[in-house]
Amino acid sequence: MNTAPLPTAAPAPEGLLSVRDVCIGYGTKIIQKDISFDVARGSIFAVMGGSGCGKSTLLRSMIGLLRPLEGTYTVDGDDYWHGPDSHRTALNRRFGVLFQSGALWSSMTIGENVALPLEMFTHLDRKSIRQLVEVKLGLVGMIDAIDLYPSEISGGMKKRAGLARAIALDPDVLFFDEPSAGLDPITSARLDDLILTLRDGLGATIVIVSHELSSLFNIADNGIFLDPVTKHPIAHGSPRELRDHCDNQTVHAFMNRQASVTEITPDKNADQRQENSK
Amino acid sequence: MQREADTPEWKVRNESGQLVVELTGHWTTDCLSIPSFTPGIFQNIPGNRSLSFDCTKLNDWDTSFISFLWTVLREADNAQIKVDTQGVPPSAQRLIALLPSQFHEAPSHRRKPPQVLHALGSGVTKALEVIGTTVLLGWDTLRSGFAPKRGQGRMRIRDLLSDIFDAGPSALLIVSIVNFLLGCILAFVGAVQLRKFAADAYVANLVGLACVRELSAVLTAIIMAGRTGGAYAARISTMLSNEEIDALRVFGIPVTSYIVLPSIASLMLMMPLLYLYGCLMSMIGGFVVTTGMLPSVTGIGYWHQTFGAVNLQQFEFGFTKSIFFAIMIGLISCQIGLNAGRSAADVGKAATSAVVVGIVGIIAMDAFFAVIAMVIDI
Repeated sequence: MNTAPLPTAAPAPEGLLSVRDVCIGYGTKIIQKDISFDVARGSIFAVMGGSGCGKSTLLRSMIGLLRPLEGTYTVDGDDYWHGPDSHRTALNRRFGVLFQSGALWSSMTIGENVALPLEMFTHLDRKSIRQLVEVKLGLVGMIDAIDLYPSEISGGMKKRAGLARAIALDPDVLFFDEPSAGLDPITSARLDDLILTLRDGLGATIVIVSHELSSLFNIADNGIFLDPVTKHPIAHGSPRELRDHCDNQTVHAFMNRQASVTEITPDKNADQRQENSK
Repeated sequence: MQREADTPEWKVRNESGQLVVELTGHWTTDCLSIPSFTPGIFQNIPGNRSLSFDCTKLNDWDTSFISFLWTVLREADNAQIKVDTQGVPPSAQRLIALLPSQFHEAPSHRRKPPQVLHALGSGVTKALEVIGTTVLLGWDTLRSGFAPKRGQGRMRIRDLLSDIFDAGPSALLIVSIVNFLLGCILAFVGAVQLRKFAADAYVANLVGLACVRELSAVLTAIIMAGRTGGAYAARISTMLSNEEIDALRVFGIPVTSYIVLPSIASLMLMMPLLYLYGCLMSMIGGFVVTTGMLPSVTGIGYWHQTFGAVNLQQFEFGFTKSIFFAIMIGLISCQIGLNAGRSAADVGKAATSAVVVGIVGIIAMDAFFAVIAMVIDI
């Protein structure tokens, strides 16, 4: 939600999301641990790393689909996993999520997909909901597809429709899981612009999980890099900083699109890191 | 209750020849409705051809505000009024820039309700098409069953065994329960009625004949249509939506050999056995109720009466029917699965269709067999 009149200068960064000493796993098996970072209000935060490094697992934990074994997530100082399910449900209404495949409900039209959260969580009349659905779809350039079913549109359109649904309730935080995956470079660049515009226009904070470097360099303000072997964070900073100034071989190789050091020249620290993680 | 100062409001004022839309209050989706802008408000205003916004008294806003602004901008565009959006918060300007300047509601993609004749014609055409594709699928499956040797798209035995286990042993429990209860019900109804005519012993005839000739075969087939046919349709349509079927076709692996043949063959092998097992269970059900309800009928008497009433020909008839039921269930479920859509909803539709069409088909085929039985005097 925005407040007018808008300040002329950008506000000082303020932590909206805070992740502290989080340990993620299934049962007794620990997958990731020692994860700590803050996401500033109004910023775009990237969770980076190669395939299989646990980016999506971390995201699932942040949006309430996977309870962490240890540690805390706070949203505006409110402990996300503390309290009953209703507490998390209330916090989740401040979240919007764009899933990797769009995750549109196949039995509904695109318009109905966007309308459902508005029907469930607002008291707006049908006409107002229809107006809002048109605006959301208009923002992502999908207004002509309002009466189409997900099976009738392309992969890129599904992503944009998923984005329209994610912003249906004007969320404070938007989570994107691999938004550029499977898109051509032009569509991907347009989606990046759209994300930036929505961030600026809606004032939302964005957490993005991706390994698409061009997108990350374009849009992310800050982020963490997950180790492909141990799946723990090994670097913090903006993608550009990590590319230009990070000393870690794995991070440097990844951010500069070099063949993986773990494959070509074994990372001497990897074994030690994996040992430590056990 | 919403305070008056919070209520989203708008008004148009004329400031020395320029129209100004003034917006006040909280413009958020927490309200009950987004205020509507009067259509055509700009059409009858002479001379004033420019419009600006005054948002100095605007409080919180979200996309409901953008929605209203968009409506105003489209109205202004229709009236060919020049618009200055400087008064709008800059972030709202960025969002407005993403929206098309005009949006005419596209004609709905949804189909209009069809007329009766049209619906009838399409229904018949579709039914013929389904019958045609099912027959073709059956023919292809039959041919793939005779693929001479390995390397020519032959069915994998592992798949056949897996399907046999699913269609046979896994279905034993439900077939047992349903057929046992069927025998119990028939015996109970028969006992109540036949006792009036002192024909207690003929309860065994009733249960035996009804189950062996008709009910065990039909009921077992209905169970298999619901349990196995629905599962086949759902599995194949899921494979279709995951592009697994496309992958088979691209590799040139015949879908009939890989999927359809094991499904039909397993049902053909298991259904007759389940029919025989179902007959036994229903007779046991009848035995339990008859000997419990009618003291005049002994256990040995019941079985003696049953074997006297039911001859081998009756079993052969039921056995043959169950083979045809198996072929039909397998073909229909595979055909529906292979022609399903590619979404999650289509998987559910395919499973439902397979069960419904399968059950209707079983009843229709049983009626056909009844006519044949009458003609050949079984």
